[in-house]
Formats: sequence, structure tokens, C-alpha cells
Amino acid sequence: MRASLLVLAVLAWVASVAGGRIAVAASLVADLSDHLIAITTGFTGTDVLLFGAKEGPGEVVMIVRGPIGAISVRKKSRIAGIWMNTDRVTFSNVPSFYTVASSALLADIAPPSVLARHQIGFDQLKLQAPPNVEPDRLRDFRAALIRRQQRAGLFMREVGEVSFLGNTLFRSTVHFPANVPVGVYLVEVLLLQDRNVTGAQTTPLIISKVGFGAELFDFAHQRAALYGLIAILIALVSGWLPHILLRKA
Amino acid sequence: MQIYLPIAEMSIDVLLLLGLGGLVGFLSGLFGVGGGFLMTPLLIFVGVPPAVAVASQANQVIAASVSGVLAHWRRGNVDFKMGLVLLAGGLIGSLIGVWLYSVLRRIGQIDLVIALTYVFFLSSVGGLMAVESIGAMLRQRRPQTSRHKLHQHIWIHGLPLKMRFRRSRLYVSALLPLGLGFGVGVLSALMGVGGGFIMVPAMIYLLGMPTTLVVGTSLFQVIFVAINVSFLQAWQNQTVDIVLAFLLVLGAVIGAEFGTRFGAKLRGEQLRGLLALLVLAVGIALATQLVVPPEDFYSLTISPGSGG
Repeated sequence: MRASLLVLAVLAWVASVAGGRIAVAASLVADLSDHLIAITTGFTGTDVLLFGAKEGPGEVVMIVRGPIGAISVRKKSRIAGIWMNTDRVTFSNVPSFYTVASSALLADIAPPSVLARHQIGFDQLKLQAPPNVEPDRLRDFRAALIRRQQRAGLFMREVGEVSFLGNTLFRSTVHFPANVPVGVYLVEVLLLQDRNVTGAQTTPLIISKVGFGAELFDFAHQRAALYGLIAILIALVSGWLPHILLRKA
Repeated sequence: MQIYLPIAEMSIDVLLLLGLGGLVGFLSGLFGVGGGFLMTPLLIFVGVPPAVAVASQANQVIAASVSGVLAHWRRGNVDFKMGLVLLAGGLIGSLIGVWLYSVLRRIGQIDLVIALTYVFFLSSVGGLMAVESIGAMLRQRRPQTSRHKLHQHIWIHGLPLKMRFRRSRLYVSALLPLGLGFGVGVLSALMGVGGGFIMVPAMIYLLGMPTTLVVGTSLFQVIFVAINVSFLQAWQNQTVDIVLAFLLVLGAVIGAEFGTRFGAKLRGEQLRGLLALLVLAVGIALATQLVVPPEDFYSLTISPGSGG
């Protein structure tokens, strides 16, 4: 069990060094295998390991949320034989990424009020829509938003697993697909005992573009005109260069 | 081998992009058209966001038309005066096109408008070309059939602002090439195409230009219209992906070389007939997407200003 010894050693180190990050209760310690995910030119998605230890009995729930933003859901309907966007609802506080993992069935370990307070599970996710949207329409658009995000791999399809090693150590993995939005993610770990949250810890996880791709993206957005000129120059040269080369050959 | 496209914000196989570029380059070498009308739908099909596909495609059109013009210029097949008048219309057209583009994107109808314009132009141009090339093949078998008059006088020749184009041996109203350039400029911004597949037939049938000058002259003006579109898209919408455009160009250059060699072995009307079939096929494929019920009636867009 060299791996778990290593985990313990790391945990001890984390507990002693990063004291500031460990919040609320000392009954729960957790950390991530990575605090920074770098999206490089070859990025195809990645897994991040969450590991930690708890004191005494209890179940562990992990919630990962991406940066909050507004998302418009558009609905197509058929007009004159052609399918086009005809309706739209904009939700203003949607996490761009959302997964939940738990060591036991959520309904068995926490009452709905607790799940609601911590926004655990899709039923409890607070997505704010304009007040004038009728309940039926709201339900359909909300379901569509969740379905599309699931298909894009950005929302979980089902509750993931938090597994225990013995009574104290636990671990879980989160998968981030290639299309994961950049920004600051929050990984929330909760300890539940007797259907109540008795320990909680929130760890930030930063996903950002680095290297050539990041510089290009920033350049394209901050110096848009100059970027446009350079793009044109490259296109001109790449149209002209092979002509010269082929003529010589 | 996967590569992350920084502006499109997605990973895609490098070989797939090179292959797409090569295929379209081959066809453009074979038929003497830019091939943008094929590239944009293909890019959208492999998952590139339509906005990025259209804008980056405009960038690749620059490269394609530069290399095309150089070949025609050496043979003296470019009417610069005509090209400049077309260009004046094209610049105004592309300005309005890019503005229209961001308006349509804001109200969520850009995908529909792109698809509709593609369906309309591909099926009408493809249909006309098919009819014309079948006619030419039939005439070839019966060479004794009577020839058409060289110039037919219609209302177009009564327009004011007449201008003389020495190289094309034409005396027509400047409004005609201006309007044509304008229309193609708008389409160029909306569809990410050079517009050769509309420009070339229009120059032959509407303006009555000599066929030898048509391709070089249209390519000449396409360079500048595509530069304008590419710049405006990069500046206003930040949707030009240099990495994507570069990979497409790389594939297209190689493909075009093979296409030109292969094309030398086929007869003109056979080539036009094949191109007509290709254009029609893309048009029909896009039309079916519009009428077949979508897999999911709902789609998501990240609202502007929300970040992330």
C-alpha cells in the first residue's frame, strides 16, 4: 500500500503547510492532484484526482463548479417547412461546469433541505430565469440546458463515486473534457454525518490556457486589429510562397 | 494527432484539417474555383463553430486567391480596371456584410441565414451550370446547330454611367460591376467564400466578359474583398483562427497542385458538369438539414459578456 502511504504523507504535508486553505472543520482534509490545468496546444482533456481524509464515520460528497455565467437556450420550431430558432430563455447564473460525486446514494445521506442549501444535484441547481417565463416553458428550457450541457460533457450524467480506502482515506476523480471552459473552478468537499453537514472544504482549481494558444487568444482579443493584419500577412505569404517554390522546382 | 485551436477553443485532428484542405484544394485546382463554398459547410460539419468557420475561411480564401491570381497574371489574364470597379463594390458590400453578420449573430439567426444563403446559391448556380454543361455536351455531338448572337441587348445595357474596359473589349455601365461586386462582398462576409462560383458565371453571362479573363479578374478582386472581410471579422468579432486557417492553406496548396494536373486531362464541359453536380450535392445536403427535424430542438449559446 505504498500509494496510500504516499497519500498520507502528502496529506500531512498539506495539513501543515497549506493551513489557510483548510477551512471550517478539522474533521475533513482534502486536496487535488492538480490546482492548475494548463490548456496547451495538445490539450485533449484531463482527469484530476481528489484525495483526502476524514475523522470518524460519515459520507463524503464532492461538488465541482465552473465559472458562473449566462447561457441562452434557444428552441427551434418549424416555420414554412424550415426549422429555425423561434424562442429563447436566458439563464443568468449557470455554472459552466458541474459535477457531483458521492460515497453513498444522496437521498440516503441528506434531506432535501441540505441538498438544496449546497445545490447538490440537478434538482437543486439554482438557475435564474427571467420572472415572466411560465412554469411549463421554464421546465422545458431548464431540462434542455442540462441535457445539452451533459451532451457536451460539461455537466455530469450521473452522480460520480467517492471511494474509501479504509475508514479515513477517500478519493474521487473528475474528468475535464477538451472543450472545458477556462476560469476559476471551485471544488467543494462536504462531510455528512447523521444527515447533516459537519465538515466542509472548498479548494479552487484554475483552468487556463497557457503557451502559444493562450498568447494567441489574448492577442486576438486585446489587439484585434493588429491580429487581423498579421493573419492577413500570413495568408498572403502562404499563398505567394508555394508559387515561388513551385516555379523554381 | 490532436491540435487545440485557440480561437475556435476546440481540439481537432491535424490530419483531418490537412485532409479537408487537401480535398478542397484538389477540387479548386481541378475546377478553378476557390472552393470556399465547400470548405465552410465541411468545417461546420466537423464541429468548428460557424462564426469561426466563416471568418477563418475568409482568411484562407486570401491565400488561395493570391496563388490563383499569380498564375493568371503571368498569362495576362487579368483586367485590372474591371477588377478595381468590382473591388469598389466589393469593399462596400463586405463592410455591410460583416455588420449584418454581427446583427444576425446577436439575434440568434446567423446559422439559419448562412444555411439559407448556401442552399439558395448552391442550388441555383449548380442547376444553371448543370443545364449549361449538358447543353454544351449535346452541342458537341451535333456541331451543325446554329450559334447564338455574340451580344444580346437587354435592359442592362441601357443603364447610365457607361465605362470602357479596353482589355475585356466592353462598353458597359459601371453600375453593373459595382453592383455585382457589392453583392458578392455581402455574401463573402456572410458565407466566408470568395464568391467565385457566383462571380464567374455573372461575369460571363451578365457582363459578357471574355471567358479567359474572367477567372483571373474575379480572383484579383476576391483577394482584396477577402482581406477586408478577414480584417473586419478579426477586429469586430475576434473569430479568425490563424492556426485553423494555416493548416487549411497548407493542405490546400498541396491539393491544388494535384487538382491542376488532374484537371488538364479532362475536357472543359465535363469539368463544368462535374462541378455542377458537386455544387448541387452540397446544396441538397444543406437543404435536407433545414427541413429534417433536428435531433434536439434546443441549442445553447454562451451569452456575450458573461466571460468564461
